[in-house]
Amino acid sequence: MIKFSEQQLKIPRLMKPVYLVTAGQSKFGRAIPEKRTEELCVDALTMAADMINMSPAELKKYIHSCYYGHFADHFGDQLLGEAVIHDRLGLDPLGNIGIKTGGATGGSTLWEAVKAVASGYSDCVLAMGWERMDEVPTDEGNFLISCAADKDWESPLGHIYTGYYAVMAQKYWQVFGKSEDSFRKTLAEISVKHHGYARMNPFAQSPMKITVDDVLNSPVVAFPLRVLDCCLMSVGAACAIICDEDTAMKLTKDSPHKPLRIWVGAGSHTLRPADRRDMDIPLLPNETADQYKDLGKRFPGGDRYPGFTGFLGARIAAYYGYGMAGVKDPNEDLDVLELHDAFTISDVQTYEDIGVRPYGEGRDYVESGDCYHTNPNTGKPGRLPSNISGGLIGCMHAVGATGIMQTFEVAMHIWNRWAEIHGDDKRWKEFSREKPEDWTDLQVKGAKRGMAISHAGVGSHVTSTILMDPDHLLKKDA
Amino acid sequence: MSLFGQVHVKNKKYKIKGDFHHLTPNMPIRNADDGWKLMGVTNPRDMTYIHMYGGEAPFFEALGEGKLLATRCDNPDCEFKGTVYQPFRIHCADCLGRNTVIDMTENAKTTATVHTFMVCERSGAFNVLDKPIKFINIEFEGVDTILMSYLSIGEPEIGMKVVPIFRTKNPTYTILDLSWVPAGTKAEDLPEGFSL
Repeated sequence: MIKFSEQQLKIPRLMKPVYLVTAGQSKFGRAIPEKRTEELCVDALTMAADMINMSPAELKKYIHSCYYGHFADHFGDQLLGEAVIHDRLGLDPLGNIGIKTGGATGGSTLWEAVKAVASGYSDCVLAMGWERMDEVPTDEGNFLISCAADKDWESPLGHIYTGYYAVMAQKYWQVFGKSEDSFRKTLAEISVKHHGYARMNPFAQSPMKITVDDVLNSPVVAFPLRVLDCCLMSVGAACAIICDEDTAMKLTKDSPHKPLRIWVGAGSHTLRPADRRDMDIPLLPNETADQYKDLGKRFPGGDRYPGFTGFLGARIAAYYGYGMAGVKDPNEDLDVLELHDAFTISDVQTYEDIGVRPYGEGRDYVESGDCYHTNPNTGKPGRLPSNISGGLIGCMHAVGATGIMQTFEVAMHIWNRWAEIHGDDKRWKEFSREKPEDWTDLQVKGAKRGMAISHAGVGSHVTSTILMDPDHLLKKDA
Repeated sequence: MSLFGQVHVKNKKYKIKGDFHHLTPNMPIRNADDGWKLMGVTNPRDMTYIHMYGGEAPFFEALGEGKLLATRCDNPDCEFKGTVYQPFRIHCADCLGRNTVIDMTENAKTTATVHTFMVCERSGAFNVLDKPIKFINIEFEGVDTILMSYLSIGEPEIGMKVVPIFRTKNPTYTILDLSWVPAGTKAEDLPEGFSL
């Protein structure tokens, strides 16, 4: 569609307040040969219980239905893998369902879980996501990922998903980046930042202390994208417990943190970018139609929307999410973000899609220092830090788990538990990972609200998960 | 000797011949760091799928005949009547009416322009294109969408004029039968099996 009706643009409304009570995750790695997937899921659920000082058995008693995010049956070579996990978690005979929306599977799993509670069907649900991408070598893995593109029109063209993003990187660089080398360096800065933040995260798969030159000199995958511009291929699991208000209060009675309000918005766009027709830019609350009137003049070639430079799905997910939660301006209303940095270029594109910067000006979010925990230009806290976990580039992309990991990361900041979870020496040792001598507490101080963006395909599915401290809501009836 | 799996359709039923799977023995996976204890097994699998093009079949057949087909919504009641789709789309995205098939070969030969591109040094398993692969996304006058394909000759640039070439000799009946070369490329310079 290129025109949307009033009915379609209606802001979704949850029938009751919904809460994120706790969450957990496993270690993430390129390969975890010593564990079956169910063991990783048990690790995640055990951690979620531990976070609120409960045993897994006690927590399980509250769960009424289960939502499982597992994208790629062919990676794990197991159809109905969700049923295997459900059985091994000992959650039969509860109703359960598998959710798969590519890279957005984790976010979509939360979307379904939140709706189940909001509707009154369940008071407490489990949202669990995982992926097992180590059952095939990397070339075969790239083939399997490319199967998520259109198999007749796109996949045969190299069987490599990076290529579908590289054409976007090229267009964006030439139109909004004005072909400047400085723009390419800005993309590299994102990789440096995310691999660097991953160093402080014991769960993370790719901690690296690197420079912009390291990124620019890394091997080309699909020009202009290089190895260090790309997300990881991972194994791991993450889960969240989503509840109504009464259950949330019961479950957090002896917990060090309070439950957080949660909303999830979802959008989509054509699986094939080739099918994306020119349309008017749907506006977010912090934008006006006038500001894009001369977009094509300021950035020649930038007047086709979303073309190969933006993601309509992300914009629509933000539109619904902001509307539900009362966000008027993400820069003012949110304190921390986790974005779906599948590639450095898609990170920049998303800044614009979700209104952190206007279309055409995404690079400024990095260059201003706003996206950092500590602004490198000023030494002061970044205005709206993003991907402190290390994101998909530095932490992991165990597809079905990713959106849940991101949401958990945002929650840890709001709970003021980031240092406790990431700095725990026992955890570093348990994961056989060396805690760096310069380990730094990256807690976003005073965080009350945040958002995680989960994104699939070349923008085919996107969710926006918004979390808020219930004592710092933006609108009363949210 | 095994025969590749082959299929034809008669009386609306698949008639299959040959081998659609090949058996390869599984192997144990052992831990070299811990006394070669068992950790898992390999699961080999080689299987041929039967995939039907349905309403898109004319597009893939036409490539081998040197023609580029597209579709257009001609539904007078559609708000977006006249939308031209390349990729070939069976039904209009707006009204879901059955689109009209049109031959856009001449349009492609005269108006195709590179919208964006990339040069791919790596590929996934089962890739059959020579590397580096030059992906191009192509816009056409009067067409509402932007086709993804690949450039067989030259270095891509945004705004570059290109023309379609077709694998008319031993076509594969896949999207790989369509490729592009810079406008002005001579027939004798085309890759083996392709024609202008």
